[in-house]
Amino acid sequence: MSTPSLWRDLRRFTDARVGLGRAGTAQPTLAHLDFQESHARARDAVWSSLDVAATEAAVAPLGLPVVRVRSAVPDRRAYLLRPDLGRRLAEGTVLPRAPGSVVFVVADGLCAIGVQRHAPAVLERLVPALDLPTGPIVIAEQARVALGDEIGEATGAAAVVMLIGERPGLSATDSLGVYITWAPRRGRTDAERNCISNVRPGGLSYDEAAAKTAWLLRAAQGLGATGVALKDEMPAGALPAP
Amino acid sequence: MAAMGFTQDIAGTRYVFPDLRTLLARATPLRSGDALAGVAAESAAERIAAQRALADMPLGHFLNEAVIPYEADEVTRLIIDRHDAASFAPVRSLTVGGFRDWLLAADPAAVTALAPGLTPEMAAAVSKIMRVADLIQVAAKCRVVTRFRNTIGLPGTLSIRLQPNHPTDDPRGIAASVLDGLLLGAGDAVIGVNPATDNVEAVMRVLEMLDTVRERFDIPTQSCVLSHVTTTMLAMERGAPVDLVFQSIGGTEGVNTSFGVSLSVLKEAREMALALKRGTVGEDVMYFETGQGSALSADAHHGVDQQTIEARAYAVAREFSPLLVNTVVGFIGPEYLFDGKQILRAGLEDHFCGKMLGLPMGVDVCYTNHAEADQDDMDTLLTCLGVAGVTYVMGVPGADDVMLAYQSTSFHDGLTVRAMLGKRAAPEFEAWLDRMGIGLDAERIPARLSPALIGLA
Repeated sequence: MSTPSLWRDLRRFTDARVGLGRAGTAQPTLAHLDFQESHARARDAVWSSLDVAATEAAVAPLGLPVVRVRSAVPDRRAYLLRPDLGRRLAEGTVLPRAPGSVVFVVADGLCAIGVQRHAPAVLERLVPALDLPTGPIVIAEQARVALGDEIGEATGAAAVVMLIGERPGLSATDSLGVYITWAPRRGRTDAERNCISNVRPGGLSYDEAAAKTAWLLRAAQGLGATGVALKDEMPAGALPAP
Repeated sequence: MAAMGFTQDIAGTRYVFPDLRTLLARATPLRSGDALAGVAAESAAERIAAQRALADMPLGHFLNEAVIPYEADEVTRLIIDRHDAASFAPVRSLTVGGFRDWLLAADPAAVTALAPGLTPEMAAAVSKIMRVADLIQVAAKCRVVTRFRNTIGLPGTLSIRLQPNHPTDDPRGIAASVLDGLLLGAGDAVIGVNPATDNVEAVMRVLEMLDTVRERFDIPTQSCVLSHVTTTMLAMERGAPVDLVFQSIGGTEGVNTSFGVSLSVLKEAREMALALKRGTVGEDVMYFETGQGSALSADAHHGVDQQTIEARAYAVAREFSPLLVNTVVGFIGPEYLFDGKQILRAGLEDHFCGKMLGLPMGVDVCYTNHAEADQDDMDTLLTCLGVAGVTYVMGVPGADDVMLAYQSTSFHDGLTVRAMLGKRAAPEFEAWLDRMGIGLDAERIPARLSPALIGLA
C-alpha cells in the first residue's frame, strides 16, 4: 500500500479549483473569498472596451488594410440585452470589396481585454500560413459572432475568420474564440461554422490556434463548407513549423 | 383547426389574444428573452389578463390548436402523434386553472401517471399560472427512475454530474478534477466532460481516459464526452468506449437543424449506443441538454415564448428514454434571462415541466459573468431545486468551469444540499463511496483512490 497522498497536491495538474479543503461541507473562507475576487474581476472585464487605435497599431505590421466598424448597438448595456443589434453593422457602414479572400474580423465580443491581448499574436502566425488570398482586417466594436456574416457578404469574402472575446470566466478573463465561416452571408447558423475556443497562454496556444484555423480553412476550401459537415480531424502533433 | 382567439377584461380594458401561442407568450412571467423576441406582455395588466384567459381555457384545447403547425415542424408532429389519450383521461375535462388545483391536491402516483397524456404546452401553460412554491411542490410529486450502471432518481436521492472540464482536454488535468469530485461524493449521475474541441481523435482520447479511470477505481457510474452526436457516432464506429450519447436539443425543428441534428439522427445514434450493451443495470443511453432561449438564438422560435419552446424540447428528449436531461438554465446569458430572479424562476419551471413530462430532470444551476447574478442567487435556486426533488445537479471544482467560462454548482454545493435536505447519492454509488473510505479525511486521499492509479504521479 502506497503512502496516502495529499488532496491539495491535485492542484499541480489543473488550474481548476481542486483540493480546496472543506469547512463542514462548504468551502473554507480563503477559497470562498478567492472565488468572490475572481468574480469581481470578471464582472469588470465584461464592461471593458476595445482600444481600437492600439489594436490597429498591433496588426499594422501584417501589411493588410485595416477597417474600423461598429455594430448597430448604441452602448454596452444594449449590447448585453440586444444581441440582434450586435449582429448587424451600424447604418451607413462601407466596406472595401475583397472577393475570394479570407477576411479577418477582430471583435470585442464579451471581453475586449482578451482580443486586445491575443488577436494580433494569432493573426501574426495565421496570415503567413494561408494559401488563400487574404483580405482586410476589420476591427469591430460591440460585435457578436454573426456580424462576420454581414462583413463577409459585403466584402465578397470566400471565408471570414472572426477573432472575438469570449465570455470571461473566473480563472480566465481573457480568452479568445476563433470562428471560421465559409461563404459567409447573412442568415448563416452556428451549425455552419467551426469554432476554436479558449485561445490564450495557458489554454490553446497561439501556434495551435493558428495551425488549427489554417487546417480548417484548407479543409473548408476542399469541402466548400464549414460547420458540422466539416469534422475537425486534424491529427495531433501535426503542427507545422511556425 | 383555425385559431379562435381569446379575450379578457381587466379593470375596464379588453385584451385580445388572437391565438394560443400569443396567449401563452403574454401569460409568461417577465423575462428578457421574450421581450427581445417581441412576444412578451407589454404591461403587468396585459400579463394577468392573459393568465386569467389561459386559466379559463380547457386543457383539451391544446390537442386542437398547435403553437407551431403540424405540417411545418417535426417536433409538433412528435408531440401530437405520441399523445396518449388514456393517460390524459383523468384531467381531460379540466381547464388550465382547474388543472393547477388538481395537481396541487393530487397524490404522487396520480401526477406521475399523467406524463404520457400531457403535451409540453399543457405543462408550460399551467406553470405560467403557478408560483415558485407550486412549481416546487408539484415537481416533488413526480417519480422518474432511470438506469445504466446505477439507479438514478429514487426517492430521497440527489445525484451529481461530475464535470471535470479542462481548457485543453489535458488527460491529467481532467483526471485531477475527476478525483477531486469523487472525493467530494460527486459522479453518480455521470462523469461528463465538455470537450474543448469537437476533434474526433481528441474526443476518443478523453473517452478512453474516463473509461480507464472508471475501471481502475471500479466506479458504478457512467462516463460521457459531450461532443456533437455525429462526432460520438464516429467515435462509436471507431470502437471508442461510449456509455452515453450526448446532444443539445431544442423545441422546434429549426433549432435542432441549427444544432445539426434531427429526430432520425438521434434515433440512429441511440441504436448504435444500445448495440454496444455497456449498461449493467439498465439501457438508458441518452443524455440531453436544453435551455430557454436557444430557439430565439437560432431564429427558429415561430413567435412562441421561450419557456413553451423549452418544454417542447422535453418531448424530443422523452422520445429517446434518456438517462439524464438537464436544462443549462443560466448559461445562455442576460438577453434571455436577465438576472437572478429570472434564472431562479426559469430553473424551477424547466424542472417542473421536465418532471411533468416524465423526464429524469436535472438542472445546471448556473450563471455567466455578464448576467446580473451571483453565488447567492445560485444557492437559492439549488436549495429550491433540492426541495423540488431535482434528479441531479452539476459538480464543478470550486463552482468555476475553467473550460466553458461560467459558474455552476461546486462539489461542495452538492454535499451541502444533500446534507441540508437529508438526500443521498444513488445507492450503488453510495455503497462504493463507503467501500472506498471516501468522506473520512479532509486532507488525505484514501489509498484505494491513489492518484498514481490514474496517472497522477
